[in-house]
Amino acid sequence: MKYLTPLSETHIEVATRDGFGQGLLELGKNNQNVVALTADLTESTRVEAFAKAYPERFIEVGVAEQNMAGIAAGLALGGKIPFMASYAVFSPGRNWDQIRVSICYSDLNVKIVGAHAGLTVGPDGATHQALEDIAITRVLPNMTVIVPADSIEARKATLALANHIGPAYLRLGRSKVSVITSEKTPFEIGKALKLTAGDDVTIFACGVMVATALKAAKQLDGKVSVAVINLHTIKPIDSTAIIESAKATGAIVTAEEHQVAGGMGSAVAEVVAAHHPVPIEFVGVRDTFGESGEPDELLEHYKLGVDDVLAAVEKVMRRKNAR
Amino acid sequence: MTTKNLEITANAIRQSIIEMLLKAGSGHSAGPLGMADVFTALYFEVLNIEPKKPNWPDRDRLILSCGHICPVLYATLAHRGFFPLSELATLRRLGSPLQGHPHFGELPGVENSSGPLGQGLSQAIGLSLGAAMDAKKWRTYAILSDGEHDEGQTWEAILFAGKNKLHNLTAIVDRNNIQIDGFTENIMPLEPLADKYRAFNWHVLEIDGHNFDEIIGALRHARSVFEKPTVIIAHTIPGKGVDFMENDYHWHGTPPNAEQAHLAIKELRTLRGKITSEHE
Repeated sequence: MKYLTPLSETHIEVATRDGFGQGLLELGKNNQNVVALTADLTESTRVEAFAKAYPERFIEVGVAEQNMAGIAAGLALGGKIPFMASYAVFSPGRNWDQIRVSICYSDLNVKIVGAHAGLTVGPDGATHQALEDIAITRVLPNMTVIVPADSIEARKATLALANHIGPAYLRLGRSKVSVITSEKTPFEIGKALKLTAGDDVTIFACGVMVATALKAAKQLDGKVSVAVINLHTIKPIDSTAIIESAKATGAIVTAEEHQVAGGMGSAVAEVVAAHHPVPIEFVGVRDTFGESGEPDELLEHYKLGVDDVLAAVEKVMRRKNAR
Repeated sequence: MTTKNLEITANAIRQSIIEMLLKAGSGHSAGPLGMADVFTALYFEVLNIEPKKPNWPDRDRLILSCGHICPVLYATLAHRGFFPLSELATLRRLGSPLQGHPHFGELPGVENSSGPLGQGLSQAIGLSLGAAMDAKKWRTYAILSDGEHDEGQTWEAILFAGKNKLHNLTAIVDRNNIQIDGFTENIMPLEPLADKYRAFNWHVLEIDGHNFDEIIGALRHARSVFEKPTVIIAHTIPGKGVDFMENDYHWHGTPPNAEQAHLAIKELRTLRGKITSEHE
C-alpha cells in the first residue's frame, strides 16, 4: 500500500476533544480576540485549560445553549472570535435556529464546537449520540463544517479556524481513537487529504472512520487498490478532489459516524451525481437512533466496522464491474 | 432636540411607516407605530452614533430583537441620515436592503439579524461582554417585544445578564400588551413583569413609552446604574397615532390598504398640527 502523506508512526489513542482543548489553549496565548463559552460542560468539552489560563476570556452560560449561541453572535459582532463548546446534540442540536439566524444569516465569526458526536459517546445512549449534526450544519449558508480524524488534526483544525473568518462547526468525539496523522501531515480547510494511492476504488472517510478506512485498505492490499481520502472538511466540499477520484477509480465508498441521510456521504454523492456519476456505497447509520454500549461494540453493531467497509468496497466493485 | 421637534420627528417617522407598509403590501403596523417615540428618542437624543460613519467602532449599539417591527428601525435610520429616505419605498422588495426582517450587513445602521423571536437579548449580551472585556465605553441597547417573553431563550438571557451585572446593557421592552393571537395576558400572562425582572437581579424602570421626558430620562438614568443591567418597561399603545389601529391586536401583522393609509396619514398630519400648537 502506497502512502501519499506522512502519517503517525506510533500507535497511541487520544480523543479529538483533547486536540481541540490543546489548540484552544494555544489560541488563548496567541490570539487576544479568542474567547471561549461553554454551557455547563467545561471539563468534558476540554475548555477547562483555557478557562483556567484565561478566565477573563471565558464565559460560562449555564445549561442554556440557545443563549450561548446568541451571546457568541454578539461577541463576534463586537470583533471577538468566540469558540462555543457543548455536546453536539445540544449545540448545534438544540440551538439550530439561533445558529441559523443569529450566526449564519449574519455571517458571523463564531466557531461552534460539538463534542461527544457520534455513536462513540458510548454508554450515555441515543439521546447524547449526535448522528445528525453534519446534516444540519452543512445545510446552512456561510457555514464551514470540519470533522477531524484524530486529536492532532483536531488541534490543527482549531488553530486554522481561528484564522478562518466566518461561522464554522467543528465536530469532536468523546472516546480515545487512533492517532493516525502526525504533526507533518498537511491540513488545510477545504482541501481533501489523499492518504493512500489506489486505482480501483476511493474511500472517502471522516472522523473516526478514517482509521477504519485505512485498516480496510490495508486488508485489501494486493487484491484491490484503494485510495483513502480524509474528507475532514465537509463544507466547503473539495469538489475537485471528488470529481478526480470518481474519474480515476470509477467507484466510491463513503464512511462516517453519522446518519447516511444528509451527511458526508450525501455531500460526496451530490458532487458525483452532478459531475461524474459512478457507483457509491454508503457506510453510516441507517435511519435509526443509537443506544447504550461501549464505543467499539456500538460501531460494530451499527455496521461501521472494518468488515462493513470491506463489504461496501466489494459491493461497489461489483456494481462498477457490471457497468 | 426640543420635545416639540422630537414629537414632530416621530410623527414624520410614523407617516413614513404607513407609506412603507402601503407600498410593501405586507408587514407589521401596530408595533412600529407604537415604538416610534422610543426610536426617535434613542436615535435623535440618546445614542452616541454618527450616521455618516455607521461602523464607527465606539458607537453605541442598538440590537433589535423583535425584528418584525423593523419598519420603525428603517424609517428612523433614514430620517436620521443613515441612508436616503427614498430607499424606504423598497421595503420587502426583491433585492432591497430593507428586508422583511432585518439582515445584518445589508443596511447602514442595522446592527443584527433578527426575526425569530427571543434571540436579540442574547446578542446584546455578547456585545456588552465584549465591550467590557476591552474596557470600551460604548453601551448596548436591546429592544424586546413583550410577546417574545414567551420564548425560553429570553429568560436564559435575562438570567445571564442579571448574574453578570451587565451595567453597560439597557433593555427596552415594548409593553404594548398585544401579540399575534391576542392580548398578552390572555395568550400567556407576563405580569408581574417588572417583579420578574427584579427577581432576576435587574434594575427596573417603568415609563410611558410616548412621553419623551420619561423615555429620555429613563435611558439616561440607566447609564448611572452600575450594579445591574437596566430594563425599561415602556408602556406603549400599539398603532399609536392612528385612531383605528390603536390597541387593536388585529393590526399586529397587517398593513393598511390604500384607503386606510390615506386616513392614517391624514390623521397623523392633523396630529402634527396639534403638536405645533401645543408647544407654541
